[in-house]
Amino acid sequence: MGSGEHHIIPARTFLNVLIALLILTVLTVWVAQFHFGAFNAFIAMFIASVKGSLVLLYFMHLKYDDKLYPVVFFTSIFFLFVFFFFSQLDIVTRIVETSTL
Amino acid sequence: MSIDNTYEHHTAHHFRDAEHEVESSKFGLWLFLCTEILMFGGLFVGYAIYHAKYPEIFVAGSKFLDWRLGALNTVILLISSFTVVMAIHSAQTNQKKKVLINLYITLACAAGFMIVKYFEYSHKIHIGLLPGEMFHYTGPGAEVAKLPLYFSFYFMMTGLHGSHVLAGMVLISWLIYRAHKGHFGPKYYTPLECVGLFWHLVDLIWIYLFPLLYLVG
Repeated sequence: MGSGEHHIIPARTFLNVLIALLILTVLTVWVAQFHFGAFNAFIAMFIASVKGSLVLLYFMHLKYDDKLYPVVFFTSIFFLFVFFFFSQLDIVTRIVETSTL
Repeated sequence: MSIDNTYEHHTAHHFRDAEHEVESSKFGLWLFLCTEILMFGGLFVGYAIYHAKYPEIFVAGSKFLDWRLGALNTVILLISSFTVVMAIHSAQTNQKKKVLINLYITLACAAGFMIVKYFEYSHKIHIGLLPGEMFHYTGPGAEVAKLPLYFSFYFMMTGLHGSHVLAGMVLISWLIYRAHKGHFGPKYYTPLECVGLFWHLVDLIWIYLFPLLYLVG
């Protein structure tokens, strides 16, 4: 730890990020009215992840702060994906076909 | 707005210096955010499993939600995230009044979010769109099998998220109290940063909840 000085990021940067987030929110609502089948969920999650990345990088300062924080945070995200991955395997190979959940 | 300007923060004795104190506080907060991700993660994985098994009930369930209210709450939370960041920026540039103004706007946004949620919840509770066995809605659309399952997810996910918004309101009120005492300036604003990180995570989770619950299908 201790990578030094505090950055004062210009207020303009944050305003730009807010505007981008609001535009992406409009985009989320707009694309939801089209029917791409299974791709709808994929597109919605992709846009949400772009928005989430903006929040993490700028509002939560990950872009500027000590790199230890993203390492710790993305470790938990990684294990969430492990959880997702094995659940998904179970869903497609067993639950959808035979389970009475 | 009265702000006392005489306060000076002293680094706790178990830290080497102010920098060490800030970094330790933020590191601790990031660890806490990891536990939050894993707690919400369980619900998201549950959602994925049941959505794969019964996609039709999620499509039918989301039709009972007003996407305009969800979108309004998304905008409210995004703006409140921005004002938290601006409160920190104002502290860094020693504009103590602006710190307070931004915190008050944030608190108002959080209250606005809960008011919208109140209207959504009371409408659903009134017509019987409730989780599991408590479900007693009989109007159009009620014939969809297993529909109460959607509302179990809806109330669990938005309820857990809403309780975080309430906790955030308590924390922001505490920040406002300290900002009135003039605690935050260019040399010390760690509580603003830490509550800010928590508040952004609440925003981040809502960014995923909004399309998952309001816009499916």
